[in-house]
Amino acid sequence: MTVAAPVETAPPRRAEERRAGPLKRIRRSYDQFWYAWAMCAPVVVILALLVGYPLVLGVMYTFTDATSLNVGHTIGVNHIPDTFSWVGLKTYLDILSGPDNQFWPHFWWTIIWTVSCVTVTVSLGLGLAVLLNRQVRGRAFYRLLLVLPWAVPTFVTIFSWRLMLADDGVLNSLTGAIGLGHISWLSDPFWQKIAAIAVNTWVGVPFMMLSMLGGLQAIPAELYEAAEMDGASAWQRFRHVTLPGLRPVSSTLVLLGIIWTFNQFNVIFLLFGANNSDSVQILVTYSYKLFFGQTPMDYARAATVGVLCLSILVVFTEFYRRWIRRMQGAQA
Amino acid sequence: MRRGIAAAVLATAIAVSASACGSSGSSASGSAASAGPVTITWWDTSDATNEAPTYKALVAQFERANPNIKVNYVSVPFADAQTKFTTAAAAGKGAPDVLRSDVGWVAGFAQQGYLVPLDGTPAAAEKASFEQQLITQATYQGKLYGIPEVTDTLALMYNKAIFAKAGITAAPTTWDQLKADAAQIKQKAGVDGFDFNPNSYYAMPFLYGEGTDMIDVANKKLEFNSAAAIKGINTLKDLISAPGVAKLDTTANGYANIMDAFESGKVASIIQGPWETTNVFKGSSFTDKSNLGIAAVPAGSAGKAGAPIGGHNLVAYAGSDAAHQAASEKLIAFLTSAASQTTIATKNATLPTRQDAYTSAVTANPGIAGFQAVLSAGMPRPANAQYSSLYGPFGTELTKILTGQESVQAGMSNVTVQSQKLLPDYAAQ
Repeated sequence: MTVAAPVETAPPRRAEERRAGPLKRIRRSYDQFWYAWAMCAPVVVILALLVGYPLVLGVMYTFTDATSLNVGHTIGVNHIPDTFSWVGLKTYLDILSGPDNQFWPHFWWTIIWTVSCVTVTVSLGLGLAVLLNRQVRGRAFYRLLLVLPWAVPTFVTIFSWRLMLADDGVLNSLTGAIGLGHISWLSDPFWQKIAAIAVNTWVGVPFMMLSMLGGLQAIPAELYEAAEMDGASAWQRFRHVTLPGLRPVSSTLVLLGIIWTFNQFNVIFLLFGANNSDSVQILVTYSYKLFFGQTPMDYARAATVGVLCLSILVVFTEFYRRWIRRMQGAQA
Repeated sequence: MRRGIAAAVLATAIAVSASACGSSGSSASGSAASAGPVTITWWDTSDATNEAPTYKALVAQFERANPNIKVNYVSVPFADAQTKFTTAAAAGKGAPDVLRSDVGWVAGFAQQGYLVPLDGTPAAAEKASFEQQLITQATYQGKLYGIPEVTDTLALMYNKAIFAKAGITAAPTTWDQLKADAAQIKQKAGVDGFDFNPNSYYAMPFLYGEGTDMIDVANKKLEFNSAAAIKGINTLKDLISAPGVAKLDTTANGYANIMDAFESGKVASIIQGPWETTNVFKGSSFTDKSNLGIAAVPAGSAGKAGAPIGGHNLVAYAGSDAAHQAASEKLIAFLTSAASQTTIATKNATLPTRQDAYTSAVTANPGIAGFQAVLSAGMPRPANAQYSSLYGPFGTELTKILTGQESVQAGMSNVTVQSQKLLPDYAAQ
């Protein structure tokens, strides 16, 4: 990862530091910022314990065939010894070659789920933010109303949706009344997916809207005035003033949205349960099921799916970051 | 790289929260001082509204008789209990001293070392009074790990009034007949004739009806993609799409929805066990208890009807200290005594596990009498510790088969591939 700016544009002091050895640089930085180091230390130690250690363990499990049956444990008088063995990349090969049709259907659904959710929440959030950024009567009231879904605890929201989407729920009475017939939102594999995306949109839009609103308010009004003077239409103002002005906010929002949606456990798990809805499970809920939701618990496969999720996100984030940097570079 | 703690922290790595899952109860295994009152925790998995009061009353009675023992009664939903207990036991804390365990879980728990053998303890003192088959089911590698508390099997429960309205006088004895009856009921009585709970356990009669099971232990073979099993599942698929059969409910509320529909007379028949009879008798259609018909599950083309024998055993957790274990054994002995079983049976309409508990007061209960009559169609589980784990993959694929996402053949092949991970030395067909 290259973090430093290109050498020729860097100030001379930076270039000098670059030439010094890493140890020396650390020492210099320590002399200068020892209090910062001291303040960071507890966090670093805790992060290493809470994230680093399990991560390393998890990665190690992916190379074994560990399940709850063969991992050693002692319970009272009973001592069960470790009997799991190293199997190298076998677990990865097993999952990725997919002889049991388990991983790839979940993978493709996770991608579709993430892309559609993020597209819908970001566009809706942007639309609502633009709408609310104008001087309308009762603006504070609308904002409050639109933030409500976000303020309610997620499980309450999702359980109310579960009631509304049920076969004899409000939504089906509505679709029945307007002649669309009866839709099995919570059991038909296709409609399950639509319902999942809709509920996640409901949960995700308020945050997107608030952040976009913040971004919009940071765009100087003079730019709009100038554009208007030049005879720019409303669409042109949106396209050439609003969108570029929002970019620092929106690029972060999209990245966050993708990571959150990819790992959105609550909506899927609470809306459908884990038993009769295999086709709507995303990778994280699938991994959860392998670990906690079945007997014997399959540590190795759950960890492998987890590590695959992590790798996908890390690779994606890196590409996305580069792409954003290139875009910003091109613009400047 | 070892121990339950490793397993627990691994959860963080796979981005799920372990904290929500395994923290309840306190068996306080540290307070080893054997004198003075001992508090033991009991996880009961019976229905919290209808069945639990009976157990709570028994616990109070037990505490009066044993002033040195306090029982911390915890009602745990049956659907979560297996996972919850495994998580707590694997983590080494939070597990109860006594658990009401499904008979199918016992071998798996024993294999993982979670349970203490009860041979020779007060809990097993009256071992000879129990149904021998149930004792065999609670035994793993020659040791007795559970004392049978209640037993059950699946039967066809039907609404006699609706059947009569459609002009049908006898319960169907084959799946074909059930199909014909359902159509007739829909036509003449205007309600659905049959509703199926899309769960692997409830699909077992369709395998037994073709003379097969999930596995063949004697020949070490997986039976899922055998011709007989495929035929059974085809029969099921055919049945649920037949006219007069309710639309399949695969939502998270499915089980409750089916029971509501049956209790309120919107569905004429279901496949269900005795644990629901108390609920059923509370339904608007069954204020007259004699309206509930209980018949053996219909037979398949092999001409044989078969339903899984289920039920619950009381087991003791191996991680408790000696004082807690002694108290647990007393509680288990008390709850499975003839007197307690008679109380449970009369109040909850579940089936006792010992002959001397079938008193005339017990058999006067129409729910029990009905189920006692169909127990002979019960199929015991084969002796295999992984057998119950097979219900998991089978259930997942069954839903996909029944909702048309997979063909019967493809779905059953997928179950076979996944089952081979659990039983590597078993051959596929």
